[in-house]
Amino acid sequence: MKKLLPLAALIVFVIVIQKMTGWTDTRFYLTQLTMAAYYALLIVGLCVVMGYAGQISLGHAGFFAIGGYVSAALTTINLIAYQDRVVIRMLDGFGLLVAGQDIYGDAILVVAPWAACIAAVVCAGTTAWVLGIPVLKLKGHYLAMATLGFGIIIYRIVLASAVFGEADGISEVPPLPLLPGLTVSGDFGMREENYYIAWGMLIIGMILLRNLIDSRVGRALRSIHGSEEAAESTGVNTARFKLKVFVLSAVFAAVAGVFLTHYNGGIGPSEASVMKSVRYVAIVAVGGMAHLWGALIMGIVLNFLSLRGVFGSYDDAVFGFILIVIMLFAPNGILSLNWRGYFLGLFRRSGQTEETGRAIDGTP
Amino acid sequence: MALLEVSGLHKKFGGLHAVNDVSFGVEKGAIKAVIGPNGAGKTTLFNLITGALAATSGLVSFNGAPIQNRKPHQIAACGIARTFQNIKLFHDMTALENVMVGRHLRSRAGFLASMLNMPWTLKEERQIREKSMELLALFEIAAYADVEATSLAFGQQRAVEFARALALEPALLLLDEPAAGLNMHETAEIGKLITRIRDLGITVLLVEHDMSLVMDISDEIVVLSFGEKIAEGVPADIQNDHDVIKVYLGE
Repeated sequence: MKKLLPLAALIVFVIVIQKMTGWTDTRFYLTQLTMAAYYALLIVGLCVVMGYAGQISLGHAGFFAIGGYVSAALTTINLIAYQDRVVIRMLDGFGLLVAGQDIYGDAILVVAPWAACIAAVVCAGTTAWVLGIPVLKLKGHYLAMATLGFGIIIYRIVLASAVFGEADGISEVPPLPLLPGLTVSGDFGMREENYYIAWGMLIIGMILLRNLIDSRVGRALRSIHGSEEAAESTGVNTARFKLKVFVLSAVFAAVAGVFLTHYNGGIGPSEASVMKSVRYVAIVAVGGMAHLWGALIMGIVLNFLSLRGVFGSYDDAVFGFILIVIMLFAPNGILSLNWRGYFLGLFRRSGQTEETGRAIDGTP
Repeated sequence: MALLEVSGLHKKFGGLHAVNDVSFGVEKGAIKAVIGPNGAGKTTLFNLITGALAATSGLVSFNGAPIQNRKPHQIAACGIARTFQNIKLFHDMTALENVMVGRHLRSRAGFLASMLNMPWTLKEERQIREKSMELLALFEIAAYADVEATSLAFGQQRAVEFARALALEPALLLLDEPAAGLNMHETAEIGKLITRIRDLGITVLLVEHDMSLVMDISDEIVVLSFGEKIAEGVPADIQNDHDVIKVYLGE
């Protein structure tokens, strides 16, 4: 019951926000709230790897980009010129391709969005698996550097590859139909629907991860964070658990990437940039590392502010600054600070000031 | 046949023979101690048996099957649990959660089952919790179940580590200096505890500095000096062994 309460509160909050944007005629906020929910999905996944299993990743924008770019490329590359090839005919036979017309009326043949979506997530998961086997043997700074290197590689690949649109990225990405009547699309008429899809995904992700943390697997992951040697001595296969949780979080990042790409109708290289990875790490740190709710709340708030343009051109600088300040003054996240005690202290001290006639700093 | 059989075990660190051709056996149901001056290779020997270090050469067999050079979690799965000289508890986890990690090998919920909260995992969780509470009660620290383990007093932390090791339901328990940092009273308590663990049917192999404890509780003792075994026998014989006296007291 105690576990369900915050989730119920979140669901109520999501509905109230949507209704309020309706009443106050500020529906445009829903767009950024939708995008922020997808970024938060990545962030809660990263939180499990970093906060609970204690393995840092500075390459999560890479997994997000793999998801987004693979799905975008597959659903936009016209295969009509190859339609007589055996492979293409086979794919078509399985119902994995869709034919249509582009805006000039020319015939196009592309991979169906649902198939592209699955391929993209599998691709990101496989990459995480292959990368994780050698890289997760490293610890601390070395792991950070290796994952950073991976992030840079992905960034340079999307910038240099024609299929990924080089510096322009990929646009004209079609909507992603989920269920009859539910489509991931940036169409204005589907704003409410997409807001609920995004938050629904985030809530489902949150439920899955909460369950995971409170289980045998969650304890094993936290034990790895505590002491790998002791975890091994109790029979935890630390290498395998680290790899699995890394792949899991990569899948969360890729799902976020796929959905956001179809929602935005495109993706650009900035999504793969190293600063994005730094931002995600900073948000997990602000949230309190081993704190799923903290990661979720900060993921929503900071991404929303950033998407609204509150930080202006200093966006990346702000997140770098946040990371430094948090590490210095609140290494356990800002939610862990004694806010209640701070405010109570303010009242108490101001009360004292009147009684004793002393200034707050204690000087007479 | 002995439960644990170490034969010709050898570990070289560069030019140093940390453990040099050591052989001994631990009989089922016994308490066996490894003693020796600082730097004799006791902890290295432990790390070789538990897989934390790879042996240069030699054999370790458990229940008749070779186990040398396996990974620590595989050794644990064979039924060998251990404690550490400098207590290694999981921080940010309660005493109870620490012990619950010890049930890892006795439960099976994986990533998918855990995320989906399958009904059978709830039952498994309940069993893990009950068994862990029993162990905390056995060590008389049940009252601290929900306290963060690393914030407990030193002796209580050691008890949590014992409980965690026993949660594996091991056939063999390796204790690395269980009395380190304890006062005389606490050492005597630990001695009683180890005897009680043995009475539960668990074989114990311990490394220890505290002579009175070792002489009190051990069935047999192995003495190491500079990586080599210099004596093995019952406590009374070891106390009168010329080589042992020489190593400890000088000529």
